[in-house]
Amino acid sequence: MGTPTATVTLPDDPKTRGDVVLPEVIEGREALVRGPHDFHAVTEMVVKINEYPLLKTPNGLKFGIALAAAGAAMFGGYVGYLFWEGPGIWGNNTPVAWAWDIVNFVFWVGIGHAGTLISAILYLFRQKWRTSINRFAEAMTIFAVIAAGSCVALHTGRIWMDYYLFPIPNQMGLWPNFRSPLEWDVWAVNTYFLVSLLFWFTGLVPDFATLRDRATIKWRRYFYGVLSLGWRGSMRHWMTYEKAYQILAAFSAPLVLSVHTIVSFDFAVSQLPGWHTTIFPPYFVAGAIFSGFAMVLTLAIPAREWLGLKDLITVRHIENMNKIILLTGSLVGYAYGMEFFMAAYSGNQYEGFTFLNRMGGPYWWAYWIMMSCNVITPQLYWFKKIRTNVKITFVLSIFVNIGMWFERFVITVTSLHRDALPSSWEYFVPVTEVFFFAGTFGLFFFLFLLFVRFFPVVAMSEVKSVMPQANPHWEGYGHAHAHGGHAHGEHAHGDAPAPVASGVPATAVATSGGHS
Amino acid sequence: MSADKKLWGLLAQYENPATLTHGCERVKAAGYEKWDACTPFPVHGLDKVMGIPPTKLPWAVLIVGLTGSTFMLFFQSWAMGWAYPMIVGGKPLFSMPAFVPVWYEVTVLSSCVTAFLANWIMNGLPQPYHPVFASKAFERVTDDKFFIMIEAEDPRFNLEATKKLLSESGATLVEELEP
Repeated sequence: MGTPTATVTLPDDPKTRGDVVLPEVIEGREALVRGPHDFHAVTEMVVKINEYPLLKTPNGLKFGIALAAAGAAMFGGYVGYLFWEGPGIWGNNTPVAWAWDIVNFVFWVGIGHAGTLISAILYLFRQKWRTSINRFAEAMTIFAVIAAGSCVALHTGRIWMDYYLFPIPNQMGLWPNFRSPLEWDVWAVNTYFLVSLLFWFTGLVPDFATLRDRATIKWRRYFYGVLSLGWRGSMRHWMTYEKAYQILAAFSAPLVLSVHTIVSFDFAVSQLPGWHTTIFPPYFVAGAIFSGFAMVLTLAIPAREWLGLKDLITVRHIENMNKIILLTGSLVGYAYGMEFFMAAYSGNQYEGFTFLNRMGGPYWWAYWIMMSCNVITPQLYWFKKIRTNVKITFVLSIFVNIGMWFERFVITVTSLHRDALPSSWEYFVPVTEVFFFAGTFGLFFFLFLLFVRFFPVVAMSEVKSVMPQANPHWEGYGHAHAHGGHAHGEHAHGDAPAPVASGVPATAVATSGGHS
Repeated sequence: MSADKKLWGLLAQYENPATLTHGCERVKAAGYEKWDACTPFPVHGLDKVMGIPPTKLPWAVLIVGLTGSTFMLFFQSWAMGWAYPMIVGGKPLFSMPAFVPVWYEVTVLSSCVTAFLANWIMNGLPQPYHPVFASKAFERVTDDKFFIMIEAEDPRFNLEATKKLLSESGATLVEELEP
C-alpha cells in the first residue's frame, strides 16, 4: 500500500472516460472526486437539490414525485381491496399457494442487499469508492425492504392477525413457532430493516447538520436541526461516532449474508423438489447482490445525470459496480448449472423432472427470460468498453432487474405447479397481482424521490474524508508545520502529484491504493 | 467588550486540516484540558494529537449484545419447551439448530441498537444548544472550515494569552463566545 498503482490500462482515447470528456489526460486511476473541487464545492454540489424552495422544485422531480405518489396511493387502495376481499383476488390456488406475493417479496428484499454490501462490506474492506454511492444505496435498501415487508405482511391472508408473528404474550399462552423458517424470516427481515435504518440515520446526522447550518429559512432550520441532533462535528464525538459506525458495519456485514440465507430457508427447508437443495443460501445471496447492484445502477445513472453529480459518481464508480455484477452474475450462472447437475447426479426422478420441466414445461418462457437476462447480460461486462459505457450499463441493469424477478418466479411457481399428484397440476395465471407489484414500485419510488428531494444523496462528510486535501500531510499544504512526534501510521498521500499549494488542487487525484 | 461580560470560551477558525493539526499540537502542548476541535469530517491522526482516549462504546455493545443473545436462546427454549410444549415437524422440544437463526438475529439486533444509542448517549447528543452555535463563522464547520474551542473554565485559560496562542498557531479568526 502507499505506492502508486499506475498499471491500470487506459481506454483507447486517454481523454475520455465513458461518457465524460476529461479536461486533461489522467495518469493511473481516475480520482474519486473528479475535477478541481474543494470541500465547499462538494457541499454545494450535493445540497443543491435539497435547497430549492419548496415551490421551485424542478419540474422533472415534481412530476416524478406526483407519479410515484399516484402509484403509492394505488398501492394503498389495493391493500384496502385485499383487506376487504382476501387473497382470493390473486391467482394463487393449490398447488401454487405462493406466487407473486412471495416472488415480489424475494425480489425486493434481494435488491436491498446491495445497499448493505456497499455500506458495510465495502467499508470493512476499506474500499474508498463506496463513499459516493453508499447513502444512495442505503436509502434504496430501506425503501426496498419496506416494499418487501409490505408484500410479505400482506400475503398472510388474515392480515389483521400478523401480530401473531411476534412474541407478544397473548390470552392463549401461545408463542410463535421458533422452529419454523417462516418465523426465522420475520426476525431476519425486521432486524435487517431496523439495523439498516439505524446505520443510515447515523450516517445522515453530520450531513443533516450541514443542511441545518446552511438553512436560511425557519422550517428548514428546525427540520434539519431536529434531525441533526445538535451535531457540531466535535473530534471527541467523531471518535465515538466512527467506532459506532464501524460496529454497525461489522454487524451489518454478516447480516447481508444471513438475511437472504434465511429467505432461502423459506424454500430450502421444505421438501419440495426444486426447493430442497443445499445450494440455495449462497445462490440466493449472490443473486441478491447481483440484483441489488443492478438496481443501484438503475437509480444512480439517471440521478448523477439529473442532479449534476457526475464528478462525484464517476465512471470509475460505475465500472466498479459492473465488476461486482460480473462476479455475482457469474456465481448465479454457476448456481443455475450446478442445480441441474445435482438434479441429474442425485438420480432422483422428481428432482430430474422438476428441472427438465422448468426448461421445457409450461413455464419455459419464464425460464428462458431468466437465463438470457441473468447469464448472458453480466458476461458482457468482460469488455471494458461495455462496462465503462454508461448508457449500455443502464440498459443492461434493467435487464438484470427483469431477469432476477423471473428467477424468483421460476423458483417459486414452476416448482409448485407440478404437484406429486398429477390430478392437482395447475397452470398459475395472475389475476390482479400486477397492480400489487406496480404499487410496490410506486411506494418505493415515492419514498426514494422524497429522499432525493430532502435528504443529502451523497455522504458529504465521508466523501470529504477521502479527498486528498483531507489528509493533514497532503502535499498541497507543504510540510511546514512541525509534528510533535505523534504516531500516525501510514498516510494516505495522493498517489499522483497534486501540484497546487493553494489548498485547491488543479486535479485532485485520489486513488484508493494509498489508504493506510 | 466590557470586562463583566460572561465568557464561555474562545473559538478559533482554521482553513485546512494541516493548520488545524498544527493548532491542536500547540494547544495540547500548552497543557489545556477543556478544549475541543470541530471538523466537517474526522481528521485522521488528530485524535492522537489531541490525546483523545479510546471510546468505551465497544464494551457497552459487548455487554448488551451478549445479554440479548443469551436471553433469546433461553427465551426460545422456554417458549418452545416449557411454556407451551409442542412437537412440530418431529423436532425435539429443545431443538437447538432450529433456534440458531433467531438467536443470531437477536444478537445482531441488540448489539446494533446498543451501538446506535450508546453513540448518541456517550456524545451527549441530542443537544439542542451549545455556545458555539451562536457564532456565525461556526456555520461552516459542517462544510469546509475547521475550529478549535477552548473553554474559559480551563485552569490555564487566560483571555489574552490564549487568544495569542490561537492566532499564532495559524488561526484565521478568533472569536469570544458567550455561554
